[in-house]
Amino acid sequence: MHIAVPFFTVIFLVLIAYAGIEAAHLHVLFGIVIPYAAFTVFVLGFILRVRNWGRSPVPFRIPTTCGQQKSLPWIKASTVENPSSTFGVIVRMALEILFFRSLFRNLKTEMHEDRVVYGSAKWLWLAGLAFHWSFLIIVIRHFRFFLGDIPFVLEMVEGLDAFLQIGAPLLYTTDIIILGAVTYLFLRRVAIPQLKYISLAADYFPLFLIFGIALSGVLMRYFFKVHVVGVKTLTMGWLSLSPVIPENVGVIFYIHLFLISVLLAYFPFSKLMHVGGVFLSPTRNLINNNRMKRHVNPWDYPVHVHTYEEYEEEFRDKMKSVGLPVEKE
Amino acid sequence: MYDGNKIIIGLVVFGLLIISPILYNTLGKASVPPEPDINTPEINKMVEKKCVEPKSFMRANHMQILNDWRDEVVRVGKTRTYVNGEGKEFNMSLQNTCMKCHSNKKNFCDKCHTYMAVKPYCWDCHIAPKEKTT
Repeated sequence: MHIAVPFFTVIFLVLIAYAGIEAAHLHVLFGIVIPYAAFTVFVLGFILRVRNWGRSPVPFRIPTTCGQQKSLPWIKASTVENPSSTFGVIVRMALEILFFRSLFRNLKTEMHEDRVVYGSAKWLWLAGLAFHWSFLIIVIRHFRFFLGDIPFVLEMVEGLDAFLQIGAPLLYTTDIIILGAVTYLFLRRVAIPQLKYISLAADYFPLFLIFGIALSGVLMRYFFKVHVVGVKTLTMGWLSLSPVIPENVGVIFYIHLFLISVLLAYFPFSKLMHVGGVFLSPTRNLINNNRMKRHVNPWDYPVHVHTYEEYEEEFRDKMKSVGLPVEKE
Repeated sequence: MYDGNKIIIGLVVFGLLIISPILYNTLGKASVPPEPDINTPEINKMVEKKCVEPKSFMRANHMQILNDWRDEVVRVGKTRTYVNGEGKEFNMSLQNTCMKCHSNKKNFCDKCHTYMAVKPYCWDCHIAPKEKTT
């Protein structure tokens, strides 16, 4: 059920877009209204989610560290694994976000002849890295549809991605890598029993959806080619807020676009928000300076304190009269 | 302690990234959808202005045809004749068939290719036609 429902949902979404264009000719709906609506939901939803996270108090530093803390000058401290400065945190976060450093430490626990052994498990890290980097490069490549005068950097990215010079239009290596990586990430969930047990529909749906987006893009580029200049007039039209539906752009483009719209609209409500969440992980992004600095707990309210000095001031006469010792005469 | 300020900075960066294409386009040159020019002597001579295949097909698939022709002529080497949907025969040659009519690379090929940032490597081997820059 956890696999079948999201799978058929994606199939159903493809059919909706296909029927909407081929049978109902709803080009304006699928080409303009839905993309705008999805984009609005994405941006507003993203900002609201992050704002809600930002309201959480940070009473104490809770980084999970794996290196020597800064202490005495003659003990060598690990500046990145146990950061004591903003610079250390920036390096640590950069390694985490760009190279998934904590996932690199992923271990596999197994029983070997009545003994527990921990083995290195890097495949998830590798596939995750391949998937995310391909996705990023693909998103960057798509900026050629949104920029009028295309900058040199973009051309360079495209050139590198297509450097194998296979076929025409040139084959992009990231297209192959992303399809392979998503397939691996899916098979991994199905093949490992423990993982399958904890996987929910919300884990499979993004995988199927992203696979659908990548596949429709691949089909559009290499097999059912569309009128690309027409596509760019539509995308540039979105930016100028006066979009016009181009003529004769194949249905595969609208399927691709509809799946992306669904992904954008689904984004703020799903696990995909980890793109914002990774920046806000308190176990990674805090400086380990609990002993160096005072961290005031924001939910502490002012407590009325009655000190001994005040007490003695108030009852000094009475205390003296019964012979109790006082500090001040 | 709250870290709200840092998060607001992060959200501002997110917002800037989102609107960066709009900013870039406002600052840069205005983009005009390209209109490839077919006003060449060879094409003007034609009674019926027709390419190898219909226009809508050529628009989306011309790179496929060029690639197939290249493979057929340079790598397979069995035939140099292309038969189109109507049964008409053409010599598989970029310079002697395509460029004979479309002799205006700058105003035909380059128009869309520049617009879409496509850099075909035709001219790595073929000699690009010399044209007056107009």
